[in-house]
Amino acid sequence: MRLSDLPKGATAVVDRVDDAHASDPIAQRLRDLGFVAGEPLRVVAIGPMGADPLLIQIGSTRFALRRNEAARVKVRQEGAA
Amino acid sequence: MSASTLRIALVGNPNCGKTALFNQLTGGRQKVANYAGVTVERKEGRFSAPSGRVLHVLDLPGTYSFDATSPDEQITRDVLEGNYPGETAPDLVVCVADATNLRLHLRFVLEVKRLGRPVVLALNMMDAARHRGIRIDVAELQRRLGVPVVETIAVKRDGVKALIAQVDGEIPLAPPAQPDDPASRADLHAQVRELLAATVTMPRATAEIDDALDRWALHPVFGLAILSAVMFLVFQAVYAAGKPMSDLIGEGFGWLGAHATAWMPAGPLQSLVVDGVFGGLGTVVGFLPVILVLFFFILVLEESGYLPRAAFLLDRLMVSVGLTGRSFIPLLSSFACAIPGIMGTRSITDPRDRLATILVAPLMTCSARLPVYALLIGAFIPTRRVFGVFNMQGLVLFALYVAGVTGAMAVGWVMKKMRRERSEHALLMELPSYRLPKVRDVAIGLWERGMIFLKRLTGVILGLTVLMWFISTFPAPPHGATGPAIDYSIAAYIGRGMQYVFAPLGFNWQMCVSLIPAFAARETAVAALATVYAVGGDGADGAGLAQALAANFSLASALSLLVWFAFAPQCMSTLAVIRRETNSWRNVGISFGYMFVVAYVASFLTYQITNLLT
Repeated sequence: MRLSDLPKGATAVVDRVDDAHASDPIAQRLRDLGFVAGEPLRVVAIGPMGADPLLIQIGSTRFALRRNEAARVKVRQEGAA
Repeated sequence: MSASTLRIALVGNPNCGKTALFNQLTGGRQKVANYAGVTVERKEGRFSAPSGRVLHVLDLPGTYSFDATSPDEQITRDVLEGNYPGETAPDLVVCVADATNLRLHLRFVLEVKRLGRPVVLALNMMDAARHRGIRIDVAELQRRLGVPVVETIAVKRDGVKALIAQVDGEIPLAPPAQPDDPASRADLHAQVRELLAATVTMPRATAEIDDALDRWALHPVFGLAILSAVMFLVFQAVYAAGKPMSDLIGEGFGWLGAHATAWMPAGPLQSLVVDGVFGGLGTVVGFLPVILVLFFFILVLEESGYLPRAAFLLDRLMVSVGLTGRSFIPLLSSFACAIPGIMGTRSITDPRDRLATILVAPLMTCSARLPVYALLIGAFIPTRRVFGVFNMQGLVLFALYVAGVTGAMAVGWVMKKMRRERSEHALLMELPSYRLPKVRDVAIGLWERGMIFLKRLTGVILGLTVLMWFISTFPAPPHGATGPAIDYSIAAYIGRGMQYVFAPLGFNWQMCVSLIPAFAARETAVAALATVYAVGGDGADGAGLAQALAANFSLASALSLLVWFAFAPQCMSTLAVIRRETNSWRNVGISFGYMFVVAYVASFLTYQITNLLT
């Protein structure tokens, strides 16, 4: 499932980041920022308008991602959630 | 380079406390300029090490990755690789990492290490790390990384001792250079995990205080309420603290002028000094308090980590009008002055979003418009109450602010629709930990911005005020002339010429004349009107000027002039900054053109409709 499908407060583990198109710089940046396989993350908050952007906690960092940025990140929810 | 100097470059992720470290190392001895040919800020400073060696420190732009996505990151990479024209590669790279966020920051440290230059790692914010119970085996980290590791606390005076001792000693051996390719890049994360597992224990991934604060600050309802309250308080403070200081400065220059009048023989020279020089200086320096108070709050909000939260809350709204959440900070600054606002767009990494923000920033109601607004509102709008609580004058002022903001939103929306290139542009914004702002960092930031304002505006405003005095004083009226002296001056000729264009907006020639110096800085319109009417025979003080205006033009003309000032490209300095920040005359032309058309149409409608209704 996609990171953008998670509700507020949900936790998940990154599976992979898909390029939205060939040599997608946004996808590459997401990978550089630590969105790599096996990394746990949490949806900390969502924006007040249109539930956009999402605030994602990964490692010790919080990143604000717009919905279509978050849609590039494929995640797995493991039992606990 | 002599043997006794050493060039150090500070690099690190954004929010690693690099600039605080830079401030702590160099104190006030900093030089702020631009990198050659681009608009990225270049900060250099120096300090003398205990050994007597002079160390030159370059504060490179914050960078997440060498796979650059912005001009800032490109520069950091090029300078470190020694590829940036006009920049010498540093002798030593000090890589700064936030000790509370090593998972993110260590990856960049590994990237820097692969460059093959001598590197020292500064583990910054060690106090915060200890406070949160984060334990770092520094010796083991140093052994595994193969570069010297020192602990720093950028915000404490002796928190950089170890770093100074380290950089003042022998330059460490450079780690072997490694090629940068996608495969090894993916490998960096694995290396970071290994390093963390071996050297760092962390009881909790985040600071509890951040989680608690963010629950409120980012809440869909309370978050927006807090944001509104913060903005409201900031603007209250600007007018409560800044305005009295400005008035005091104005009175001070008035006092100086009065003394000059007493000391100097009457004549053109006395008039030049009193009306031209002191009047002009009073205008410029008088604005400084308002600008500084606003910047004080912006810096405090920025340092505390709140501004990215505001950007988070407003991103969706900004995107709908073709901007980005990050536009919020520069646009807020533009309420003080569009010049620092436009310079502040450097924090917008995306060039397209940045340009859009630059183009709408001048529509925000800057403080330079206020004297014009205050004068015209005071002269023409009655003070009566509306609905028992609101003041009519206050409502008009509020409407002018709203006009600026809605104008900017409309322009942003139109630009978004007209844009041919519609590829996706990312937000990808980090929300840093909350921090207590440090006096030193705020003070240095205020000093820099204050100097930029004074340097950019003093000369222009002073020069134009003197020019204005000249064209409204010369030539002197012929013998036996009956009208006021100014009717015979150069100013009258120019003003009458401009009237052909501006008559449909209800502007008389005195108003047209005042628009000329107002192009240098809006607030000088008041000084210009004062000059025009004072030379014409009325009193020059504020109340006298308001009376003179009320006697000389209609409500419709006054409203039209107010609207003109809300939208018109009435600021030469802003246009100059747009030229400098975008490196393009075309963008200056676009700004000037669209603002002129919008202002002309809006003023025309205001004048004609008011005339119909009154």
